[in-house]
Amino acid sequence: MRREHDVGQARRSGANGHARAAPPEAQGRFEREYPLYSVIREDGSADPGEVSLGDQDLLRLHRWMVFERQLDERMITLQRQGRIGFYIGSVGEEATVFGSAAALEDHDWILPCYREHGAALLRGMPLVTFMCDLLGNAGDAMKGHQMPCHEAWRPGHFTSISAPIATEIPQAVGAAWAARIKGDDMVALTYFGEGATSANDFHTGLNFAGVQKVPVIFVCRNNGWAISVPRERQTASETIAQKALAYGIHGERVDGNDLLAVYNATRRARARAAAGEGPTLLECVTYRLEGHSSSDDPRVYRPAALVEPWRKKDPLRRMHAFLERRGLISAADEKRLVEEVKGEILRALEEAEALPPKPPLETLFEGVYAEPLWQQREQLEELRQAAADDARVTLPGPATKG
Amino acid sequence: MPTMNVIQAVNDALRTEMRRDASVVVLGEDVGRFGGVFRATQGLQQEFGADRVVDTPLAESGIIGTAVGMALYGLRPVPEIQFADFIFPATDQIVNEVAKYRYRSGGQYTCPLVIRSPYGGGIRGGHYHSQSPEAHFIHTAGLKVVVPSNPYDAKGLLIAAIRDPDPVLFFEPKRVYRAAKGEVPEGEYTVPLGKARITREGSQVTLLAWGAIWHEADQAATEAEAEGIDCEVLDLRSLQPLDIEAVEASVKKTGRAVIAHEAPRTCGFGAELSALIQERCFLHLEAPVTRVTGFDTPFPYTLEMEYLPRAPRILQALRKVARF
Repeated sequence: MRREHDVGQARRSGANGHARAAPPEAQGRFEREYPLYSVIREDGSADPGEVSLGDQDLLRLHRWMVFERQLDERMITLQRQGRIGFYIGSVGEEATVFGSAAALEDHDWILPCYREHGAALLRGMPLVTFMCDLLGNAGDAMKGHQMPCHEAWRPGHFTSISAPIATEIPQAVGAAWAARIKGDDMVALTYFGEGATSANDFHTGLNFAGVQKVPVIFVCRNNGWAISVPRERQTASETIAQKALAYGIHGERVDGNDLLAVYNATRRARARAAAGEGPTLLECVTYRLEGHSSSDDPRVYRPAALVEPWRKKDPLRRMHAFLERRGLISAADEKRLVEEVKGEILRALEEAEALPPKPPLETLFEGVYAEPLWQQREQLEELRQAAADDARVTLPGPATKG
Repeated sequence: MPTMNVIQAVNDALRTEMRRDASVVVLGEDVGRFGGVFRATQGLQQEFGADRVVDTPLAESGIIGTAVGMALYGLRPVPEIQFADFIFPATDQIVNEVAKYRYRSGGQYTCPLVIRSPYGGGIRGGHYHSQSPEAHFIHTAGLKVVVPSNPYDAKGLLIAAIRDPDPVLFFEPKRVYRAAKGEVPEGEYTVPLGKARITREGSQVTLLAWGAIWHEADQAATEAEAEGIDCEVLDLRSLQPLDIEAVEASVKKTGRAVIAHEAPRTCGFGAELSALIQERCFLHLEAPVTRVTGFDTPFPYTLEMEYLPRAPRILQALRKVARF
């Protein structure tokens, strides 16, 4: 990605004009020590010195955010129609995902949580391949082994998604550490939610990283909710960023709905890592506008009134205001863009749905080990025989009648 | 050929592989400057530096979690868990991450590493320095589980494990760490994973064992011979992959099987072996497949010799099965 100039130092004072932030006297000690860094104001204005991306890159990342929003909305609909089993999206968190992923070098690794499909697509995972993962069909790169939205994309250095929380954090530390041992200029970035900061792997990961000063970036998507549990029931800390202090590492609090703020902060973290200055914890303050996943109904535990202020802070709305003010996009352009990406999504979906709905039977046993052991070989034959004897073995639903 | 004990053989295997392959790294608690609480990594940090032989903070999930990242990135980490009893904080990383990485990514990523851990009782270690948790991990598809009983196998199996494309748990029987001595070739050699060793040929009873308990089984078979019971003893060495052909061939020949292990009986690996034998050798069996094991209790401190399936109890089982 082309960069117009290097990103300046993090602004430590609240002086960058964010009406949104509480006045300093109303803030706690750590909110003052870890002030919210922001670039794009709600009216779309920004300090020109902080605009670190050129027009083409700004438009490209805006397009990705619009694309991701449409993808999430379409896929939830698809799940409601019963065409895919499950979906988990990133509505409201697009600036955090694209701002951070775009700030890396192509050879840097991304160790995802499960709400960063945008980063996999940005890293070149074909949309049709992503759709095949959602369908678990014959085109699925994961061979139908995982639930939808648990993709991996090795060509883009995007590792495999696991549902247990925070396990990717020490793994990112290990990958970055390995790169340093091998003498590679690679920085690893890992994503997790604020709920993950309660898990033991968050602690061990940040602790190991601090001791070894490994080149890793910890991106916490603080979206306010871990399924039904709000941020304040997750930790008594004022901020997530301050947790960096205890591990002897650098921490920053960033406006997660501001693409440029996330981008700049991640660039700084990367520069610090590459210079041997160790890890950074970035708390990206954002909001989960929708449910946790397609299996969740946030109306049960979250009053709509809590969400409304955050709809006004929608990262897409802010990015649009910013681009419009710079004369790069109009309302009509955005409308056309939405139609364009909808078309892309539907075409990819059609292409994916045209493939056989299941991978071949033998894929059930592939990849347990490098070569199947006698157990997998025998059990495949056993399953084949069972399926040949009674077709219900390979059909869904209760096996009641022949 | 030099004579070594199991610790020295493990150390020699690590040194041999680290000299051959710069991607092999060792990490764990006290493994660096100190050389490990059992001295298995003694001298390695001096030879290979603190980047390749790392003293980690005290957190098993962190040791395995970071080793996963290293393996994904192309290193061959050999993490040490100081005692197998302390492996459980890392269970999520081992069971949900290490074991499933290849499968869940459709083969895009692999996670080859070797988790070494001293294991088993009989050293007056109470229940937090004595357990034999192999069955937990054999039950998890995607892992390989290896337990040597002697120095020659310890070196050859460890080298094979480090070169293996799959993740391996390498449990070292600490009761015989220093007691089991033998000739160990210098330089490289491998003992393949998944091959049992017939340590005594016989015709009347097949006796299956591994690790420290193989020594008890061997003694029981010697005593049984004096009583006219002709035993065939197999040291399984590798529990996953399991040499099912060797087990099946032996039991079909003898018609009787006794399994000895020190882990608790219920759902121990002996239960799996017993099921496999009755499924595959049913028409050849002359007596019930019999287990001699640790009891279904936590590993005890004072009564540990009573708890362990030592030669006298194995001998009693052999008599019973032979005369059934």
